[in-house]
Amino acid sequence: MRDFQFHTPSTLAEAHSLLSDYGEEARVISGGTGLINMMKQDLIYVDHLVSLQNIDGLNYIRSTGEGLQVGGRTTQQEMATSSVVEENNPLLTETYGEVATVRVRNAATVGGGVAHGDPAQDPPPTLLVLDASVHVSSKDGERTVKVRDGWFVDYYTTGVEEGEIVTGITVPAAPANAKTTYIKFLPRTADDYPTVAVSALGVVDGGVVTDVRVGLGAVNSTAVYADTVAGVLVGKEPTADLVREAAETVRDLCAPTPDFRGSAEYKTDMAVVFTRRALPRVLGLE
Amino acid sequence: MTTDTVARVPVTVTINGTEYSAEVPPRRTLVDFIRYDLGLTGTKEACSVGVCGICTVEMDGVIVSSCILLAVQANGSQLTTIEGVADGDKLHPLQEAFMNYGGFQCGICTPGQIMASRALLEQNPDPTEDEIKNWMMGNLCRCTGYYKIIESIQKAGEMIRLGN
Repeated sequence: MRDFQFHTPSTLAEAHSLLSDYGEEARVISGGTGLINMMKQDLIYVDHLVSLQNIDGLNYIRSTGEGLQVGGRTTQQEMATSSVVEENNPLLTETYGEVATVRVRNAATVGGGVAHGDPAQDPPPTLLVLDASVHVSSKDGERTVKVRDGWFVDYYTTGVEEGEIVTGITVPAAPANAKTTYIKFLPRTADDYPTVAVSALGVVDGGVVTDVRVGLGAVNSTAVYADTVAGVLVGKEPTADLVREAAETVRDLCAPTPDFRGSAEYKTDMAVVFTRRALPRVLGLE
Repeated sequence: MTTDTVARVPVTVTINGTEYSAEVPPRRTLVDFIRYDLGLTGTKEACSVGVCGICTVEMDGVIVSSCILLAVQANGSQLTTIEGVADGDKLHPLQEAFMNYGGFQCGICTPGQIMASRALLEQNPDPTEDEIKNWMMGNLCRCTGYYKIIESIQKAGEMIRLGN
């Protein structure tokens, strides 16, 4: 790992000021599980790391009645084990509980993951399904971006701009009668990156699909929200044939990177298969 | 290691109840700090990318991979390493069980296995086999002695539940 200077501001204002001073030479570090791995492998060089570790007030999980507000420094293990999260939004519990291993989740933070934008991470497809928003701050103020509005830009590229810090996320509550699931295909080991991952939510009211949402992980340069699925299913009685037709629509959204977890063609086929497996669970077909 | 180009910074941690201070380059990883700056070589390093679990230590009450943390990130924290698991001359039930039930073969992964399973047993002294597998999945044993590791953790849980 190359040398860098390490800064530990005790307020967000100090952190903004450091990020402003050092510009593109600086990176924010939260838990560091992603960033330090990249630095150790000389994939990126950073002259100034601005750590959030001494800034109070960024680690919280609050239920607001309309959903959850989560501080950026909340660890992914806290998300996976919080009773407040489980009562409000079990899909978040299920998804964060699938991230890597307990050791990694204890260090990795919610805000760090959202800023990092690894296309094979577990949370992004679920955050897309739940229509979450990301809160960022800089010396110029604060702004909020819905993840569906292009937060996940490209491979390890997200909406966090130079000088900005992810301070938290807001996750609207799922509809009261929604069913949800997060499934992924792990051909190697349980803590590996998935070949494909699918997060899904469905609401069936009076025998008719009123809401259905699918997010895909590891199938493109970012997590993908499959907005094609609702067009096939909403307003109709769910059947195995319609599920098959809806799942087929995710094929065109996939442009995966081939690796030892599968060729691009195989991963694309698996995205269709795993969507086909996820949908019946959330539409009451099994 | 190449020559440092930035100033060293002070890091103070409490490990196994003893306070340690040293000046290190900011890029020093926590595992290197523990092993090379402080001389506590019970903690091992293998994969160096947070995957294998060998460098597991407890930091402020939770287990972490010390190879993908910087020493400066641990500044001010309370750490427990394998050297702090026994109570004086009295071994921890996990240490007894790993010896008595074949939980280690070559032994290199054992410090990480014990640090990880200790955290599990502290919150659940009677885990099912599936709970053990799920918790321990990130702690690799290249001798592949997993059955004996699981058995050792179950036996240690028994010892803890019996008050030993």
